[in-house]
Amino acid sequence: MLKELKTNIINTIVNLKPGEIGIITNFSVDQIPVKLQEMGCLPGNEVRLIQVAPFNDPLFLSVNGNFLAIRKETAELIEISKVA
Amino acid sequence: MSKTINVALIGNPNTGKTSIFNLLTGLKQKVGNYPGITVEKKEGFCKLPNGDKAHVIDLPGTYSLNASSADEQLVVELLLNPQSQDYPELAVVVTDVENLKRNLLLFTQIKDLNVPTVLVINMADQIERRGISLDIDLLEKNLNTKVVLVSSRKNVGIEQLKETVANYKQLNTTGCVDLRKIDPGYFAKLEDAYRGEDLYQLWLVVSQGEPLLKINKNLLPVNEYSERNTSEIKRLQQKETIERYLFINKILKKAYNVDITKAKDWRGVLDRILTHKFWGYIVFFMIMLLMFQAIYNWSSIPMDFIDQSFSRFSEWTKNTLPAGALTDLLSEGVIPGVGGIVIFVPQIAFLFLFISILEESGYMSRIVFLMDRVMRRFGLSGKSVVPLISGTACAIPAVMASRNIENWKERLITILVTPFTTCSARLPVYLIIIALVIPDQTVLGFNVQGLTLMGLYVLGFGMAVFAAFILNKVIKNRSRTFFVVEMPGYKLPLLKNVLYTVIEKTKSFVLVAGKIILAISIVLWFLASNGYSDEFHHAEEIVRSQSQSGQLSESDIETAIASYQLRHSYIGTVGRAIEPAIRPLGYDWKIGIALISSFAAREVFVGTLATIYSVGNDEEATIKQRMSEDVNQRTGRKLFNFPTGISLLLFYAFALQCMSTIAIVKKETNGWKWPLIQLGFMSGFAYIVAMLAYQLLA
Repeated sequence: MLKELKTNIINTIVNLKPGEIGIITNFSVDQIPVKLQEMGCLPGNEVRLIQVAPFNDPLFLSVNGNFLAIRKETAELIEISKVA
Repeated sequence: MSKTINVALIGNPNTGKTSIFNLLTGLKQKVGNYPGITVEKKEGFCKLPNGDKAHVIDLPGTYSLNASSADEQLVVELLLNPQSQDYPELAVVVTDVENLKRNLLLFTQIKDLNVPTVLVINMADQIERRGISLDIDLLEKNLNTKVVLVSSRKNVGIEQLKETVANYKQLNTTGCVDLRKIDPGYFAKLEDAYRGEDLYQLWLVVSQGEPLLKINKNLLPVNEYSERNTSEIKRLQQKETIERYLFINKILKKAYNVDITKAKDWRGVLDRILTHKFWGYIVFFMIMLLMFQAIYNWSSIPMDFIDQSFSRFSEWTKNTLPAGALTDLLSEGVIPGVGGIVIFVPQIAFLFLFISILEESGYMSRIVFLMDRVMRRFGLSGKSVVPLISGTACAIPAVMASRNIENWKERLITILVTPFTTCSARLPVYLIIIALVIPDQTVLGFNVQGLTLMGLYVLGFGMAVFAAFILNKVIKNRSRTFFVVEMPGYKLPLLKNVLYTVIEKTKSFVLVAGKIILAISIVLWFLASNGYSDEFHHAEEIVRSQSQSGQLSESDIETAIASYQLRHSYIGTVGRAIEPAIRPLGYDWKIGIALISSFAAREVFVGTLATIYSVGNDEEATIKQRMSEDVNQRTGRKLFNFPTGISLLLFYAFALQCMSTIAIVKKETNGWKWPLIQLGFMSGFAYIVAMLAYQLLA
């Protein structure tokens, strides 16, 4: 039961801790600006959380070799699967 | 015969594009405006090995042709408009060897426009340090272009670049990615609907938002293919981006390798400190402290020197040139007026020195990251910090610096509140009034005059934030928020780039402000030395007959005549006419004149008073002395007393007295609505606050 629940919870970039890595699995094309996708934020790419500002917002990431910061409200929309 | 070819420098921000521009053109560059919009246009000329000349245009930093900011829009508009006189015959795409993958995305887009395109891989000096290996031949073959390795830091590869530019006709113009692969059905229909048009250009026009490409869009008849809904267009854009990365990855896999074990990098360590939740803010605060220290303490020495030189020069002119109207104009109008502007040069230079170092080093992005959350509370963005800091130099470049804020509402609020920050034009007004009304005493180890000045800076920032808070409640949101900021690698700023920025910004400040001030000081001098009334023409007889002979010395009588004449000159008449409106603020007609003339530009205030207090005066006393001794004829007290001084300081802190700011806000917001609201709000607020302060203190 508990195990089932855990797998059902969808992780987003916000759930990463500094230093952790995830693979982008899914996001709604309508809600994520083209610019962010062009900076490498595309399904299948690796994302690492580098640093968070106070109140966990914004988030400083490395995606596909690019270093960028996005706001929490955007990060919450990008689903990932965690890599160890 | 030699000819001139248009070369556009295009590239992502932080790729060292401007360094390459500086190396190509040297000081043969100028900064102008694009017609119709005030986006800085940097262009210069460069002699090519074959004798031709290249007209090089440094386009604003661009991540993609899918424009998401005003800067990017400009680039797309130019590239899609062959009618433009700047339309490039050759595009030079500048990339950074460390971020080649992302940088190549823009390259593939430009190449798909079928413009001859050269790929410059910059920062070649980093190849070894980063453990990168690069196969140039393979890149050239797969990208169908010429690749030039450049190190702008070490000045390597520029000659080769010039050679390539000269032979641009040999470049292959085949595109990189075929859109038809992405969605054969849709693109076949789109192509069919507009026969003869280039498919990628067509797609750019169709997929961009409304304000973009007014010209081109009107050329296209509206039909179902151009009126796809946005979510379908976004889906296609995503597919396109994925397709481009597939293309790039396939090439880079063979041609580009990074051996991480050989890479040496400081960014991790630096970022841990500079973006730290606590230490990050401490470092930021210290840097700001150092910056203001430099602006106020270090620049005082050259400023004093400039001040003295101009007053000596003015005196010398008066004594050397034959007496007459022209000499008076020079010594009483032009020289003090121009001196009032030149005196800012050290401060402006220091400010731009700091700002350009912060930008060049990559630290500015960290400030944006640290401040975003705090600023958002007031309806601003982390990116608003840059305009607010630059606003302490001048609101004009600051308003332009807001252009990379993606969210319209955040950008608008930033534009509207930036003029509250204490710009350098307010400084001379503050300095002279503080010197007149605030005692030069030390309290608890601090100089009271210095504290007052600092207080005025805090007041400016505070008011900007407060106004943003109010505007955030009032303005309706037009677009959804999104915020992406690149965190570039740290770089040691290039001295050459920093110096060019300082020289160019300072020069344009002096020239623009100088022209206005020169014109105004000449007009003022004329209006103050001439009049139409009987009183003006018979001033001497009237004054002499009024004063009983013997009581006043000859020099006192002369002063009285001069002041009587000024009162009845054209400008005196105007000043006295508006006196009732400004009397509640504690001002007399002389301040009124200064107020009117400084609605063009604040710094004119000092120049105006300098002119008014110089006209007809031959004494050696400085203008400041004359001002401090001046008596308000209505109250019988000193004109520049404490309540009037405070009232003036507050008025100048809040009022929008700068034609250039109004002009730039009009251009950046596309209309008169916001600049007029801004003008009305700021000046009305200034009037009320200044009046309250005077009435309470008097």
